[in-house]
Amino acid sequence: MAKQKKLSSNRQIVKKISSYILLIAITLFMIGPFLWLLSTSLKAGSENIFQYPPKLLPEHPTLSNFSKVMEVFPFWRYLFNSVVVSVLTVVLNVLFCSLAAYPLARMNFKGKNIIFILIITTMMIPFQLLMIPVYIISLKLGLQNTYLGMVLPHVTTAFGVFLMRQAFMTVPKSLDESARMDGANSFQIWLRVLMPLVKPAMVTLTIFTFVSAWGDFLWPLIIVNEQEMFTLPLGLNMLSGTFTSDWRLIAAGAIISMIPIITIFLLLQRHFIGGAMSGAVKE
Amino acid sequence: MGCETLRTNKLTPYLFLLPGCIILGAFIFYPMLQAIWMSFTDYNMVTDPSFVKLDNYKDLFQDDLFWKTLKNTLIYLIGVVPALVVLPIFLAVLVNQKLKGIGFFRSAYYIPVVTSLVVAGIAWDWVYKENGLLNYVLDLLNIISEPIPWLTQTQTALFAVMLVTVWKGLGYYMIIYLAGLQSIPESLYEAADIDGANWWQKMTRVTIPMLMPFVLIVTIMSSIAAMKVFEEIYIMTGGGPLHSSETLVFYIYTQAFDRLNMGYASAAGVILFLLTLVFSLINLKVMGKDNSE
Repeated sequence: MAKQKKLSSNRQIVKKISSYILLIAITLFMIGPFLWLLSTSLKAGSENIFQYPPKLLPEHPTLSNFSKVMEVFPFWRYLFNSVVVSVLTVVLNVLFCSLAAYPLARMNFKGKNIIFILIITTMMIPFQLLMIPVYIISLKLGLQNTYLGMVLPHVTTAFGVFLMRQAFMTVPKSLDESARMDGANSFQIWLRVLMPLVKPAMVTLTIFTFVSAWGDFLWPLIIVNEQEMFTLPLGLNMLSGTFTSDWRLIAAGAIISMIPIITIFLLLQRHFIGGAMSGAVKE
Repeated sequence: MGCETLRTNKLTPYLFLLPGCIILGAFIFYPMLQAIWMSFTDYNMVTDPSFVKLDNYKDLFQDDLFWKTLKNTLIYLIGVVPALVVLPIFLAVLVNQKLKGIGFFRSAYYIPVVTSLVVAGIAWDWVYKENGLLNYVLDLLNIISEPIPWLTQTQTALFAVMLVTVWKGLGYYMIIYLAGLQSIPESLYEAADIDGANWWQKMTRVTIPMLMPFVLIVTIMSSIAAMKVFEEIYIMTGGGPLHSSETLVFYIYTQAFDRLNMGYASAAGVILFLLTLVFSLINLKVMGKDNSE
């Protein structure tokens, strides 16, 4: 009996160790490219970064590439633009989707089904088809090189309406009814009764929207051509296009551009991963 | 109910729907109709559009480059989707264990998901350099004898970019499967234990069958995403060398915004729409089923 126990605990240890080895190997694959970029960004000008075999660690680590890149790369301006665009997209998206989801979850009215179906069908239309007319419309509305121009096409999504509607449907109807007895109107019920109860869904939608707005590249690339209005991805793309041969500078720029989103992610990782999980279950 | 109809205005539901519907109307439905109409016209943003009937479609079907981008998109789909459907299952099982520090690994695998594709593209561009890390690692493992210019030769460029798409998506789909794994009742595994099932039997008889709804979701999502791939290509290869890594959306983009062939690009966009429609319809069906429950 004792022997058998020892055997199974040995097997447990072997299993544990092999799990860790696998986990670490995959970690290297997942974040290795970033670490390699970081190492390059820390290499001094005297070091040959193209030598073979490559040196994994910098010989004389230096931050000079970072101070140099800050001179040619208006990081703070790009960061400001990225923050404005992402926050505006998130706020409007959560607002518009929750507003639209409320009657779809809670009221009976003419055309309810057809409106819901129409909203859901927008999921089937690829933005890559729409981008041409949306570009033309945005030009006509004077939205080129504006924050609104970058934001407006993304502030209502079928996914968001669907997610919020599902969340509203889980709230017992008796809550709205008693609020209505107390004289609350529909807007007050939406704001004071329902919204506080669907916070988890709001967090999920916020994170989904934020990540896609923050990383969005194709639409800003089309609608923005003034450097002043560049978001971080656009700015970084220009940096790598301008200093094609100076890989220390490009690496430093890329690492700097990563810092804000990685910081947010590390601070809120529980919500990022939890949000993605509940988003998956709801879909 | 009677109380509600008395107190609320008949317009109330429509007022709630208004902002969202204006946005969807102005930026999806109206542009959709305009795109279809434009696909039958010749329009370059300078002169007024002229109606050319099916000419754009006829030209498309005679354009070798269009067929090439379509073929590349198909290769992308066939290469990327199975990897993104299968590999994240193993990742999810791996990070679903109760081990110390497992949260760290989950987060580490999710980092590529939150980083922008521009940063990811630059990082991989550097990894793929002839004197770069990948060639060095493969050299150490004796897999290659000579460095391969991954992104600059026609045989490998498309596949090199595909690897980046897979790498960037793994963490996301892993989390979806993780949600799936955690929805499997523990009692199923206990029953399997009692029956003396081994690890592999538990995987194939319990885990995979219970994950099937999630496999379907991931298949659809990754298929639609693969058909629309653009950023990776734009940043890492620019469609080259010799259009070897050019995909359908890249083609639409260059036709529309480099050459201002708006009508022609719209026709290619309509084809993209029709190709993704199959997957979208399955997606709607899955959502509808989930909804009616």
